[in-house]
Amino acid sequence: MAEGRIVLEAIEASRSFDVSRPWLQRMVAREGRRVLRAVDAVSFAVTVGRTLSLVGESGCGKSTVGRLAVGLYEPSGGEIRFEGQSLSTARAQPALRRRMNMIFQDPYASLNPRWRVSDIVAEPIRAFRLLSGRDVQDRVGQLLTQVGLSPRDGEKYPHEFSGGQRQRVSIARALSSEPEFLVCDEPTSALDVSVQAQILNLMRDLQARMQITYLFISHNLAVVRHMSDLLGVMYLGRIVEYGPGESIFAAPRHPYTRLLLDAIPDLGMAGSTRARTPVGGEVPSPINPPSGCTFHPRCPLANARCRAEVPKHTRDGDVLAACHAVEEGRGAG
Amino acid sequence: MSLLDVDGLTVEFPTRRGVLRALDRVSFSIAPGEVLGVVGESGAGKSLTGAAIIGLLEPPGRIAAGQIRLEGGRIDNLSPDRMRRVRGKQVGAIFQDPLTTLNPLYSVGRQLTETMQAHLPLSGPEARRRAVRWLEDVGIPAAAQRIDAYPHEFSGGMRQRVVIALALCAEPRLVIADEPTTALDVSIQAQVIALLKRLTRERGLSVMLVTHDMGVIAEAADRIAVMYAGRVIEIGAVADVVRNPSHPYTVGLMGSIPSLDVRVERLRQIDGAMPRLNAIPPGCPFNPRCPQVFDRCQVERPDLMPARQTEAACWLFDPAPAHG
Amino acid sequence: MSAAAPRAPGALARWWDSDLAYSFRRSPVAVAAALMLLVILFGAALAPWVAPHNPLDLASLNLMDSRIPPVWDAEGQSSFPLGTDDQGRDILSGILYGVRISLVIGVGAVLFAVVVGIAAGLLAGYAGGAVDAVLMRIADIQLTFPAILIALLVDGVVTAALPQEMHERLKVQVLIFSIGISFWPQFARTVRGSTLVERGREYVMAARVIGLSSGRIMLTHILPNVLGPVFVIGTLTLGLAIVTEATLSFLGVGLPPSSPSVGTLIRIGNDFLFSGEWWMTIFPGLALVLLVLSINLLGDWLRDALNPKLR
Repeated sequence: MAEGRIVLEAIEASRSFDVSRPWLQRMVAREGRRVLRAVDAVSFAVTVGRTLSLVGESGCGKSTVGRLAVGLYEPSGGEIRFEGQSLSTARAQPALRRRMNMIFQDPYASLNPRWRVSDIVAEPIRAFRLLSGRDVQDRVGQLLTQVGLSPRDGEKYPHEFSGGQRQRVSIARALSSEPEFLVCDEPTSALDVSVQAQILNLMRDLQARMQITYLFISHNLAVVRHMSDLLGVMYLGRIVEYGPGESIFAAPRHPYTRLLLDAIPDLGMAGSTRARTPVGGEVPSPINPPSGCTFHPRCPLANARCRAEVPKHTRDGDVLAACHAVEEGRGAG
Repeated sequence: MSLLDVDGLTVEFPTRRGVLRALDRVSFSIAPGEVLGVVGESGAGKSLTGAAIIGLLEPPGRIAAGQIRLEGGRIDNLSPDRMRRVRGKQVGAIFQDPLTTLNPLYSVGRQLTETMQAHLPLSGPEARRRAVRWLEDVGIPAAAQRIDAYPHEFSGGMRQRVVIALALCAEPRLVIADEPTTALDVSIQAQVIALLKRLTRERGLSVMLVTHDMGVIAEAADRIAVMYAGRVIEIGAVADVVRNPSHPYTVGLMGSIPSLDVRVERLRQIDGAMPRLNAIPPGCPFNPRCPQVFDRCQVERPDLMPARQTEAACWLFDPAPAHG
Repeated sequence: MSAAAPRAPGALARWWDSDLAYSFRRSPVAVAAALMLLVILFGAALAPWVAPHNPLDLASLNLMDSRIPPVWDAEGQSSFPLGTDDQGRDILSGILYGVRISLVIGVGAVLFAVVVGIAAGLLAGYAGGAVDAVLMRIADIQLTFPAILIALLVDGVVTAALPQEMHERLKVQVLIFSIGISFWPQFARTVRGSTLVERGREYVMAARVIGLSSGRIMLTHILPNVLGPVFVIGTLTLGLAIVTEATLSFLGVGLPPSSPSVGTLIRIGNDFLFSGEWWMTIFPGLALVLLVLSINLLGDWLRDALNPKLR
């Protein structure tokens, strides 16, 4: 697998949310507390200058992992380590905290509408006291140029920009504390495809130039394929398949990964009679997940063992898959 | 003869800073049983075209010029009351968010039977029988039991199926589907597209499929119209537009889509952004971003003309290049 | 600083060009209300200079001038345009000075309510949990009583707690406090609602990722984004606060006749309404109606202009 220094590492990290109704309503309806396991014992490691992508359908927990990775949530089990230290220890030190940042999905909600763009981009610089006085404005101009905007755009407010330009502002803000690790939570899914291409190209250019490490979260497999070195496929809070992107796209092991790939409409289908395989069923509720392997109700390969026993990750080449069928060799169909 | 003819459709929004032209001489037609995909970036006018056809333009938007003909008869100048009858009976609509279409206070069965009885001469029990059949047709399990359920009792994918049943139950000839799968996960998306395709095949339904998702269009459409800055800039058979696009914008658009099959180092990108409605450049609206721009593009507006396998609004394909 | 200088003249032009200013120019009701309010405000602010008499100067009062009808009446005198009361005070001057006091108390009370309400709302919305529950239950309980009752109660308690000799001197402050405290829950609830929405927005998360403190996030990020509705409710509450003050004064627990607000004037005049000296109460009443009406019309316009759904 990828070599180099490990920047971020998750070790059996879990995160649950209490989604119980208010106390009074619980008493009246005589129901207990309800807990949602958004992320369930997830492990991965990203090395410097590389991209790990997490992909999955809505509700699979990928965004929660992203928030765990920058400390917006505390893990309720397991551990996240940044530069070899536990994340909470690392985040207590400004010198380490400034080395991680995040890019968000919605270019309309991720910039404070009352702030000038120059103040938005300068916020991390001021928060970490990296520069002062005129140097701040010079640096902001530099950052705006770097993401393809003009230094004069700093005077404007977010609403004066298009979605793609706002996402550039967002990236400039994320870069302003000179981070080495960025969590990108669906950074292009609110953008049009031609703008998406601009942003993805920009992100790869920046990575090549500054050795930034990305944790890239997306539901779009084609985008993920374009961006990632390492790939984790998530389903109901677990990583069901994990390994180098090329290996997984060449030969997906887990039945869910195969299903996802088959379900994607592709330009190659134009005019052909080839139809994608519709998958039956929908993602079950994470509050009350199925027993055993949580994918078994939708899995064509499911048997009694899958319904009873949670599968562990088994290695197949450079890929880890959590599937009894793969382990038993039943999956080769 | 085509089922729907849109001819020179121009939609304007008067604002305090002048009149914005949101659609500018849009022309296309849809044949019976055909799926026309309409693509373009946000703000290109694709949803607005759909809204103008079903008579649901948000005021102060208005049709300033052009005609919309359905089965030969004009529908762009009907009174709101007559348009309401056309909607549902002859043209159905499916929107992105199922919750805006479904009334949360009525059971899905009641919504289906009321829609059917408003447009078709059906008795109560007959309408209910058909409602159950429609729910079965769109793939809702245990339809007979679920017919009295309310919209919130269905999951997102199931709800979008109910919306499709609701759009089709009065047996319209044409359906305007505006981003019908955008709110859904890929696995559910595939189910909904397969359903739409089956219904066009079985019932000879025509569909105008508006979406920004090129994959969905490639899979479901017979022909594609590409929109840019309120105009149709290229139209043609789906395979031709996707594989051999003529207009430089379409070429850039197709190249900017990451592929599942091959990994490239850099995606092709079109620099800049689509102009805002109040700043559309003269001539071809794409000329400031076009890699092949020449003098004429900046002064004279191109209309659709034959270009290789498709039709494109681009002077590169002018058979008689005028003044140098 | 150098960048700010050329921007200054542009800011006014930009405001004039903004959607809000445009919507204002297009609304005849709003323009009329604003003009009326401006006239009243100028009259009140410049009372010492524009009023024909000084009603607070007891030495200038002459009982010979009492109960003079308005100038258009046969017995009217040109030096007392709207007539005089039973003490010989000029009604017009009384109104100008009275509106001044009413406005000071009204604006003061609303500002007080806004500050308390914003603080409580931000805290409840951002902290959530027990803080939220406690603050909002207090607000809920207070909202089950009419505001005027709360103001009466607080006014009574505070007055009783103060030594006798301070009653007169601190009356204005006591009224601002008791009226303000009766209006904070509306602001707190609105701000809490907006805070809950803003707290989940990604720009707040971006600030949390770089480790800003909760206090700084609340003040620099959330506060500017929740002020819109506060502005609208503040304007509408100003009308209510002025009426509340007038009511308290009318009931006799507000300002004393020695420094009369509009409400006090109405109360004094009320005693003479049925003996034919109608002007003593009708003119102050009319002034109160015009003042509150113009404020409320402006508030209504502002509410509609800031509501994107109605545009």
